[in-house]
Amino acid sequence: MTDQAYNFAYLDEDTKRMIRRAILKGVAVPGYQVPFASREMPMPYGWGTGGVQVTAACLAPDDVLKVIDQGADDTTNAVSIRKFFVATAGVAVTEATADATIIQTRHRIPEAVLTAGQILVYQVPIPEPLRFLEPRETETRKMHELEEYGLMHVKLYEDIAKHGQIATSYAYPVRVEGRYVMDPSPIPKFDNPKLSGSAALQLFGAGREQRIYAVPPFTHVVSLDFDDHPFSPSKANHACDLCASNISYLDEVITDDQGGRMFVCSDTDYCASRRAAGHVGALGAPMATEKAAE
Amino acid sequence: MTPDALIGGFTDAPVQASHAFRAALNALSRPGQIETLRGATAPAPLSSAAATLAMTLFDVTTPVHLAGAHDIPALRDWITFHTGAPLVEPRAASFAIGTWAALQPISRFAIGLPDYPDRAATLIVEMPTLDAEGTRLTGPGIETEAFLYLPETAAFTANRTLFPLGFDCFFTAGTKVAGLPRSTFVEDI
Repeated sequence: MTDQAYNFAYLDEDTKRMIRRAILKGVAVPGYQVPFASREMPMPYGWGTGGVQVTAACLAPDDVLKVIDQGADDTTNAVSIRKFFVATAGVAVTEATADATIIQTRHRIPEAVLTAGQILVYQVPIPEPLRFLEPRETETRKMHELEEYGLMHVKLYEDIAKHGQIATSYAYPVRVEGRYVMDPSPIPKFDNPKLSGSAALQLFGAGREQRIYAVPPFTHVVSLDFDDHPFSPSKANHACDLCASNISYLDEVITDDQGGRMFVCSDTDYCASRRAAGHVGALGAPMATEKAAE
Repeated sequence: MTPDALIGGFTDAPVQASHAFRAALNALSRPGQIETLRGATAPAPLSSAAATLAMTLFDVTTPVHLAGAHDIPALRDWITFHTGAPLVEPRAASFAIGTWAALQPISRFAIGLPDYPDRAATLIVEMPTLDAEGTRLTGPGIETEAFLYLPETAAFTANRTLFPLGFDCFFTAGTKVAGLPRSTFVEDI
């Protein structure tokens, strides 16, 4: 039941209109960060206030919402945001990627291929890819205006000079439609190829930094690299210990203080559906046995 | 104020606006795709789709220009009563409503600033009908190609050369809407 003390999806209609206009301009200029008047939300900055505002502006009563935090549906951030929208919008929620119409995500793109009916909303901490290279907003804005992205290539070059390879492994900068360099939020660079040519609309919300940007469906998104050091997505060289997948992005989980560890899929829905289909990893038990033991 | 100005708005604003926004968002993020937009009705000649867009996106912070046959007292009153949007001349407008002919010359509208390309006008172009055939569209939001009947091609080709500056368009007819952001390449075939 929706809490009637709040407007549908928490935000007032004036605020939603303002955010909606920003989203539309973001869609029209892919990769450009549109300033918006971010509101205080009933959660601290860093907990997805930008993503929550974008989701609230997009949400309709017949939507099915999925929220993930580092790929997981069952972590604190994901659970609390899901509950927030159940309470304030009364929408249906799901953990199944394929059933969702809006997916709000913190730092992952689901393993399952997204479809045309879906919107992926990213929670973004620092939207400006050049911010750690140039702290002044006046300067970074000018750099975007002039397409002056040499500094970013210098950073990647310095990685190579220091480490022999591009050591940036998350928040890996991309160029959208050959124009704006964009921070894809701190997704692992493993996910970068999924940004490009996706059938789903991708929206990015940064609450504290007051920016919204977008990657429309079927948009070319290229990870920056060099001819002799081409971009390569990377993941732990291991298979999931629960579902045996060797193509999914893995989390390393420390299991004891003796050096014990296991690798598991970061995408809990992907892992669970593989286990339900009978795949068993090195440290996993068949799902049926586990259910019987409960 | 005409009595007609008081009717035809949303009856359940949060829900109707959310559906309308999603239709508009789909239209703009998938150029050429025709969506249904209904919920608001305004005095003629404003189409239901354009009226619904107005209810969804206009407010006191968005100056609006009404062009040609759309610049009539009944519509001015309706927009003012339901949205509070100030009615202005083209140069200052965030949104403009009119037929393609009435919106000319198109160069009067804001195309954004090099450092703030979002500060560009959105044109709501009223059409007799919307047809998913005619001009070929490619670019962001389009997998291979899409087609949409456009009132002309040259203006949109020129608009694309301004990217990332440029105006963005919604085409409306009856309860139908299609979007054409500045990022789309258009060509006659």
